Amino acid sequence: MYAYTDFDEAFVRRRVAQFRGQVARRIDGSLTEDEFKPLRLMNGLYLQLHAYMLRVAIPYGTVSSRQMRQLAMIARRWDKGYGHFTTRQNIQFNWPQLTDVPDILDALADVGMHCIQTSGNTIRNVTADHFAGAAADEIADPRPVAELLRQWSTDHPEFQFLPRKFKIAITGSPTDRAVTRAHDIGLRMIVQNGQPGFEVIVGGGLGRTPMIGKVIRDFLPREDLLPYVEAILGVYNLLGRRDNKFKARIKIAVHEHGIEEITRLVEDRFAAIRPEFTGVDQQILAAIEAQFALPDLRHGPVGAHDRAYAADPVYRSWADTNLTPHRDPEHAIVSVSLKAPGATPGDASAEQMEVLADLAERHGHSELRISHEQNVILPHVHKGDLPAVHAALKAAGLATANIGLASDIIACPGMDYCALATARSIPVAQSIALRLEALKIEHEVGALKIKISGCINACGHHHVGHIGILGLDRAGVETYQITLGGDGTETMALGDRTGPGFAYDEVVPAVERLILAYLELRRTRDETFLDVYRRLGMAPFKAAIYQTERADAA
Amino acid sequence: MTRRYTPKVVTANRLLAGDAVWLTEDDTWSTDMAEAELIEDEAHAQMRLLHAQSRPHEVVGAYLTDAAPGHDGPRPVHFREEFRTRGPSNRFHGKQAEG
Repeated sequence: MYAYTDFDEAFVRRRVAQFRGQVARRIDGSLTEDEFKPLRLMNGLYLQLHAYMLRVAIPYGTVSSRQMRQLAMIARRWDKGYGHFTTRQNIQFNWPQLTDVPDILDALADVGMHCIQTSGNTIRNVTADHFAGAAADEIADPRPVAELLRQWSTDHPEFQFLPRKFKIAITGSPTDRAVTRAHDIGLRMIVQNGQPGFEVIVGGGLGRTPMIGKVIRDFLPREDLLPYVEAILGVYNLLGRRDNKFKARIKIAVHEHGIEEITRLVEDRFAAIRPEFTGVDQQILAAIEAQFALPDLRHGPVGAHDRAYAADPVYRSWADTNLTPHRDPEHAIVSVSLKAPGATPGDASAEQMEVLADLAERHGHSELRISHEQNVILPHVHKGDLPAVHAALKAAGLATANIGLASDIIACPGMDYCALATARSIPVAQSIALRLEALKIEHEVGALKIKISGCINACGHHHVGHIGILGLDRAGVETYQITLGGDGTETMALGDRTGPGFAYDEVVPAVERLILAYLELRRTRDETFLDVYRRLGMAPFKAAIYQTERADAA
Repeated sequence: MTRRYTPKVVTANRLLAGDAVWLTEDDTWSTDMAEAELIEDEAHAQMRLLHAQSRPHEVVGAYLTDAAPGHDGPRPVHFREEFRTRGPSNRFHGKQAEG
């Protein structure tokens, strides 16, 4: 894992000291709220419905045991004993007091963490495949490149006042677990003629105007990455619509000017600035890469796993859903679900964080990941240790066997916390999961992604949910629109609206009708909800959700 | 034609704690909406909002919001404002836990 250099350490400490002074000046009246607000946002501090909220960056979703313990300490000492992992691989604390925030930032700096550029019109925390560096299907670990981008983008003088926020995601695997096509820039590591490079995607995004990103360069040599990304940002910085906040993202610039024109401008800019990159970035990248070497994996018998798998149906169910093949066949990637039925998606208590930190330390080379699907990953667990890991997770209420299933729901904080929300998301997710638990059908249903946002900004990625749910305020009443057929992977698609929305207490029965309709419509157990939707389209689901007569009597 | 003015209260979040508060008749900030001043006159509402905005050392983001007269005092009209009087629905935190 990346360890801070003296430069990083000094930089972060200086920022904390600056912010401490800014908070003091806000409280003594030297700074107005209008002056203070952009300063606090630069440091990840929002004011929400009931309290301040502090958003802490977890760069490319990678966190160590030591860092996780510190997050638990912060949750306990300055918050209400829990934290919320987000769809941006961040953690949010929902209840800090303004005067405590500088101390929290110092505590984060103690373990090489910060809140810089988790808000504001800057390049945000770079996200990555949460199985990076471990997955069997990976070409290369994308995290060294993500770290290079983090260093390059942090306080980059040209990009501190962009037209709007800017999000970069990167995957090193052909299986896209980083939703790269829904980011301002998506990077897919590829190899062409034996040479490593990237497919560069630009102008994707969700929110009020969802767009699937377009390929701007089908092969970019690895060493051209920083100048090319800098060229894209430079072009966007000039073209982006500063006149209208809702049209200010790069996706609108790409849409309005066309990908051909954007490509021409970016390639021109790239040609102009490329000579300025003399290879220092590649030297830095090489040094970063050394820090992301695969841990020293142990080898030994894996019989404990095989025996538990044969003997214990609870363990078998968990192993079937929550394990992913590791690049080393004796190891597995463990996904720890933060979606126990009735729990808040993404919430972890301080105790649970400590259990996870301990387990990672004992069985997983002290490494953890946060997924954009709001779960925690132990990326390198020897199969012989899996039964012990499962038992410890079970004792902490963390052994829910539902990864990728219908109750593994993404939900934004919604109107239970967020000042921008137009409706609640969390209780909808809780109710759906509890209903699925009562029906005991989710293992029968199989792969199904339900994603819920509490406003059109789409933090809950509802557009790319197989079932997407969007909470709106319609004439002072919480109303939920449902979309079907969304997909956030390499076969990305935006969901289609079923039709009129549903009242708060009608959503769960509506989702239940969709799921039951799917079970009737599928030809085999292997045909997923998304497969059936792609084969049959909206009509049969529409008939089921609105309980109208089937158009198709078959 | 004049429409009847919908009664309002002035609300904001406290600078230090960030919690929701309402402006009372005697110029204090209460954490209980029922203690708020129910304002039934538009001109007076604007005066009270200006007054609230002149106290940036105490609160952030003061605004006027619809309210209805209730048994014990003003009560929220919109669900967002109702949540602000209570706290999140997924955890027993915020005002509902403070009694």
